[in-house]
Amino acid sequence: MLVEEAMKTDVITVNKETTIQEAIELLEKHKIRHIPVVEQDHTLIGIVSDRDIRDARPSIFHKHLDDDQFLQEPVSKIMKSPVHTAHPFDFIDEAAVILYEKDIGSLPVVTDDDKLEGILTETDVLHTLIKLTGAHQPSSRIEVVVPNISGQLANIANILKEHDVNVTSVLVYPTKDTKNKTLTFRVQTMDPRQIISEIKKKGYEVSWPALPRWSYDE
Amino acid sequence: MNEALFIYSEEQLTYKFNDDHPFNHVRLNLTHDLLRDMGALKDNHIIPPRMATDEEIALIHDTSYIEAVKAAGEGKLSAGVANNYGLGTEDTPIFPHMHEASALLVGGTLTAVDKVMTGESQHALNLGGGLHHGFRGKASGFCIYNDSSIAIEYMRKKYGARVLYVDTDAHHGDGVQWAFYEDHDVCTFSIHETGRYLFPGTGAVSEKGAGQGFGYSINIPLDAFTEDESFIHCYETALRELIEFFKPDVLFTQNGADAHYHDPLTHLSTTIKTYHYIPKVAHELAHEYCDGKWIAVGGGGYDIWRVVPRAWAIIWLEMTNQKDLIEEELPESWLKKWQPKSPVTIPPKWSDPENMYPPIPRKQEITEKNEKMLEKALYHIRNEKK
Repeated sequence: MLVEEAMKTDVITVNKETTIQEAIELLEKHKIRHIPVVEQDHTLIGIVSDRDIRDARPSIFHKHLDDDQFLQEPVSKIMKSPVHTAHPFDFIDEAAVILYEKDIGSLPVVTDDDKLEGILTETDVLHTLIKLTGAHQPSSRIEVVVPNISGQLANIANILKEHDVNVTSVLVYPTKDTKNKTLTFRVQTMDPRQIISEIKKKGYEVSWPALPRWSYDE
Repeated sequence: MNEALFIYSEEQLTYKFNDDHPFNHVRLNLTHDLLRDMGALKDNHIIPPRMATDEEIALIHDTSYIEAVKAAGEGKLSAGVANNYGLGTEDTPIFPHMHEASALLVGGTLTAVDKVMTGESQHALNLGGGLHHGFRGKASGFCIYNDSSIAIEYMRKKYGARVLYVDTDAHHGDGVQWAFYEDHDVCTFSIHETGRYLFPGTGAVSEKGAGQGFGYSINIPLDAFTEDESFIHCYETALRELIEFFKPDVLFTQNGADAHYHDPLTHLSTTIKTYHYIPKVAHELAHEYCDGKWIAVGGGGYDIWRVVPRAWAIIWLEMTNQKDLIEEELPESWLKKWQPKSPVTIPPKWSDPENMYPPIPRKQEITEKNEKMLEKALYHIRNEKK
């Protein structure tokens, strides 16, 4: 999945002359934490976060200073520059790695000439995770433990194909020992009994769900 | 005024995917016969369902979806297009005249609604309805048209009613919840097996509604292997507090009977005892808060021999205050007629045997976990009361 598929395009921006006061109002009004600072032609020059503003604020223990004076300063005085950015055609997983490694909350998305196209926040990445796991679509979940050798996913997928069941998502992750892997499927059916018993018949361990405790065949 | 009406006709059995499909409306026949044989259901109780019109179905569903269902039922829908609408899948296969069969189930629920809302009857029961997984433009989980969502919207538009929807099916009532997720005139309450593995996967306690509807979707996901005591406690506590908070004009209950130990699709461990309590509490509260207005529909229930007939018959007996007709044994004539057709031995008694299943080792843990879910589900209601 590409960044441009997950990013927000209606970005709230400011220019470098905008006052800190106005920036605070925008953050509160739109319930956001980051505002890109742009030139008139949308070239990205910096970013202001709620944290930058907090750092600029006088301490509540310094009551008698001219507290509010700083609010009239331009945002260019506190903005961070240069900015960590992503490209619309980056993979979302690459962007997630930058967010994680740099410990930041959002990435402005810019084209090759630094023109702002959108913004990708932690929330957007989390929403993408929900989509990738298929947790938002009606489905049943099946977990299968398979040996850590090639062809296992195909074997299970074949069973699903034979039952004409659509797969919403597949996750593959290692178990604690490296001998096995866990395959997690979300499948679009309310009745996974046949599939589970087929998988078991092929010698795989279905870690959950358990088959019902009885069946009509007993 | 009638005490209660029973919506039924053999035509409701035309909602049939195929012989091997777990959703089997022979259940309606079994329940009807059981009530007849014990003398609890008379001709004057029974009202045949009407057909729902396209306009009524379109209260909830997209017109393009309705057209697709019609075309599918006439064998005129291509596989690719069908797939976009969730039709022709293993869960909701295409069958001849599926639009008419589905519209009749919807019409049955609308018949029940009209009888109650016009004051012709205090309560009404349409066991053919309760297809709570149907979405605006998509069939899902054995459900084509969502009769319950349609009926709720119909009650709001036609009668201006505030509706409390109560869903005790073991699967989350997702279709109804999402249809009214941003609505504060409809409150949906679903108690179900956790969606960690079970279809449809939603119904977390954190799903509470959105926008104006925040706080008006209540979910209690129960741990697998939950037994009577914990189920009943969570259901009754939540429903009592919820109805006092919401003060609905009418109570609409979906009575899936698939939380029973015997049900092949789910992993809860209740017994028939739970199915005495569910309608009992609903009945009492309908009189206390809704001037008696109570509409009940069916739903899931996949042990159609050992569980569903008893569980559903009890709803009718409760509605009509005829529970004294329950003797120890089921009517012999009924057993004689149906046992030969059943692949399993039908229990001859109304109550389930003691020790029907081996003791559940994590019982304490499960009970405590459910209790926490109950607290979380009711948190905002209890806060508002303070």
